[in-house]
Amino acid sequence: MSAARAGIAAVAVVVALVLQVSLFPHLAWDGIVPNLVLLVVVGAALTRGPQFAAVLGFAAGLALDLAPPADHVAGRWALALVVVGYVAGRVRRDARPTPGTVLATVAASSFVGTSVFALSGLLLQDPATGIPELLEIVLVGVLWDVLLTPLVLPPVLATFRHLEPDRSLA
Amino acid sequence: MARRWGRDPDRGRPKTSVLVALVLACLTLITLDSRTSSPVDPVRRAVGEVFGPVEVATAAAVRPLTAVPEWFRSKDSLQRDVLDLQAENSDLRSQLATQDYNRNRLEEYDGLTAAARSIGYSLVPARVVGLGPSQSFSSTVTIDAGSDAGLHPDLTVVNNDGLVGRVLRVTRTTATVLLIVDADSVVGGRVGRSMDVGFVHGRGVLGRDGRLDLELVDGAAVPGKGDTVVTWGSEAAGPYVSGVPIGRVTSVFSSVRDSAQRAVIDPYVDFGALDLVGVVVPSGTDSDRAVIEADGRLR
Repeated sequence: MSAARAGIAAVAVVVALVLQVSLFPHLAWDGIVPNLVLLVVVGAALTRGPQFAAVLGFAAGLALDLAPPADHVAGRWALALVVVGYVAGRVRRDARPTPGTVLATVAASSFVGTSVFALSGLLLQDPATGIPELLEIVLVGVLWDVLLTPLVLPPVLATFRHLEPDRSLA
Repeated sequence: MARRWGRDPDRGRPKTSVLVALVLACLTLITLDSRTSSPVDPVRRAVGEVFGPVEVATAAAVRPLTAVPEWFRSKDSLQRDVLDLQAENSDLRSQLATQDYNRNRLEEYDGLTAAARSIGYSLVPARVVGLGPSQSFSSTVTIDAGSDAGLHPDLTVVNNDGLVGRVLRVTRTTATVLLIVDADSVVGGRVGRSMDVGFVHGRGVLGRDGRLDLELVDGAAVPGKGDTVVTWGSEAAGPYVSGVPIGRVTSVFSSVRDSAQRAVIDPYVDFGALDLVGVVVPSGTDSDRAVIEADGRLR
């Protein structure tokens, strides 16, 4: 079950990454695209909790860091998505999350994720843009992610929930 | 693994050790990759070998879909006319843009060698199949030509409007291109009208207000508004070949702090809508596709 879950999670991340890089630039606003990989990590966090989401966030972040055309210092998206997985996972309640909770979690996660990435760039003295442009990118990113949530998260949540192992087997 | 997750699907706190290990792994990776000769590069290439073909295939699959809106805008014949006119227009514009530069080049007599050198190049055509998100704060694209097509790092990438960027790294089937609007990008530029040399820096902003900054080496030289800036080119023919139009000067201001003239450049290339590009390779390069020779022939 665990291997199957890891496999499905990996497939979800790869599909999200490829769509993000090859399809969404056609719809992008000033090059800002919805962060589908982050949405997958949030979906994992809401169904599986912080630990699984943090591990998945690390793997997904590595893919974002290394797959072409990425050129920033590797490990930055990995760090950002580990934080996202952890933070989003803490939101989880025992009951199924309501649409409102999901949207709020996505918005907060998107803000935190892009901000952690941007801050790591500032610390590494990566020549970044000014704070106003940076904020604009972060906020448009949040908007994109929230807009895409109704399309992306239901299937992701359903998939991960379906994979949740039967408690009696444990 | 299944047992641990199965029994307690993270209802409470996650294991602190796991989190600490993940964060430390990220920090180690960042430290390793910050060095100039990074041990991460082979991994990057390996990941690129896997993701490259997937991106190429996806881009090919979505290309008809992204063209759908254009069918509604005009009928086929109109569409073709518009394309022809656009091609003619950009051709004329680039002729006009390099006119000053060409005249000067002739006058200064180094034109002969420069022209001879530029005739020695051919273009490998490629399509953009992936664009890095603005959220990553770097402007890079993936193109569907790699080492099989004769590409290697530090080659110039152009399209029919002007300079696009340079090749950063290649896999067998794809290459990553650093756009000149990236904040890391520095291009040697020359003002066509006055032949003053300087450096063109990217601002890291893609899209409509993507601009470049030109800093002239000679503090006394003032570029005129509307002047064309072309690449200066290095003797070793890398990373940028000379004489490729970069953009037009839109405004000039002098900076008191470092007593140099700065100009804002509006690039000729629309970086938000990149599709077909050409990679400048030495003539006679072995390639897996038809190469456009300097005289316009396909080989």
